[in-house]
Amino acid sequence: MQNKLIPTPGQTVGPFFAFGTDFEKKHELVHPHSAGAIVLKGRVLDGAGAGIPDSMVEIWQADSDGSISKARGVLNRDGHTFTGFGRAFTNDDGEFQFWTKVPGSVNGEAPFFAVIVYARGLPNKLHTRIYLPGTDEDKLLSSLSSVEKETLVAKQLENGYLEHTIRLQSATEHSQMETVFLEF
Amino acid sequence: MTPNPQQTSVAPESLLAAPDHASQEQITQEIIDFHEVLSKRSVAGEKLPQTILDFAPYRSSVLRSPTKNPKLVDPETIELWSPAYGQRDVTAIESDLTLSGGSGEPQGERITVSGRLLDSWGRPVTNQLIEIWQANAAGRYIHQRDQHPAPLDPNFVGAGRTVTDENGFYKFTTIKPGPYPWRNHANAWRPAHIHFSVFGRAFTQRIVTQMYFSGDPLFALDPIYNSIPEQKDRDRLVGIYDHSLTVPEFSMGYSFDIVVDGPDATWFEKEAE
Repeated sequence: MQNKLIPTPGQTVGPFFAFGTDFEKKHELVHPHSAGAIVLKGRVLDGAGAGIPDSMVEIWQADSDGSISKARGVLNRDGHTFTGFGRAFTNDDGEFQFWTKVPGSVNGEAPFFAVIVYARGLPNKLHTRIYLPGTDEDKLLSSLSSVEKETLVAKQLENGYLEHTIRLQSATEHSQMETVFLEF
Repeated sequence: MTPNPQQTSVAPESLLAAPDHASQEQITQEIIDFHEVLSKRSVAGEKLPQTILDFAPYRSSVLRSPTKNPKLVDPETIELWSPAYGQRDVTAIESDLTLSGGSGEPQGERITVSGRLLDSWGRPVTNQLIEIWQANAAGRYIHQRDQHPAPLDPNFVGAGRTVTDENGFYKFTTIKPGPYPWRNHANAWRPAHIHFSVFGRAFTQRIVTQMYFSGDPLFALDPIYNSIPEQKDRDRLVGIYDHSLTVPEFSMGYSFDIVVDGPDATWFEKEAE
């Protein structure tokens, strides 16, 4: 098709997003400690390896059975409907946390959390994915080096919870690889 | 929505102030030089993003932007869907920010901001969430990290949200925000703006952006506005005065359409399902 409109460009979320994007239970896609509930937690780090305290992380995912929720009510959670979307603000140490479920495979695809990161100082959103430990390789993962791949796969903690670091920029002193970000 | 400014932790002020404290002249020159370099790269055939991530005149981007280009991937199924929103999620009153504070009228120039949410083929994006937040008429945010010594307005919070209608239209009633001082460099002022957070039909279409007001004298001076190097792209962020949206004896009208991007071919496959 021709005559495409110019898309509206993105801008930084700025320092004061919290009062504009807050809602109750935004990081609780499921009730904490309910059957099948897990914690997905981690940190958002800058190029010096420091936690970013004014960052926002969003996840969008399939239910454990691989179905994609079409249910409304993200902003007004009823306590039992899984809507698949969550939002978390990082704390002073750059930590974020969600209560959610393990995503299932959609149409046989490797399951992952679709993720967007925003921060003061970051001029636009960044898309990435968080895959499950031990995941089968999909098209994206098989195109990456093992170091790059590591930046997209969560670590499993003893209790089945998941942990994942999002590094906006390589911290050269620590030779730590920045997270692989995506464009579509 | 009952925002509580106390719930956000305080960032040390050192995080908000750029250490080099450059002059406005220096920042403006950096912006001009940066745009020139980008323009040459573009002419040489490089495909640049609309928004530049490592835009050094915006000092805090230096440590917070990736050094590598993003990987171009085909979206997987989940990324072609978006969270669903509807009237269940928002109440009508939330799109009128002049009613969000105390019992009185907020100070400042009342405005109506209205437009359509479209995809890049011009089709309306219906039933999707738009969240906004902004400073008050004096340029002050209701946030404890905001150190700007301008008055808070007891009758204005500055946060609202709405869901687009069956034709993709949205409308907010609010107050025109004031310009806002920040610590990127010496005597740094942001042009008046309203933050927009928008969901498209696919998660890949999600955008967070800012709406400005046409003719703002601060445009050339602002590193955030100029993190978008092309004028035709920056023009997309400007709300245009529209007398047909002005409500008699009530509010000045501004028109602001939002166009979400891509994904290209795959989107049609999903629609055909």
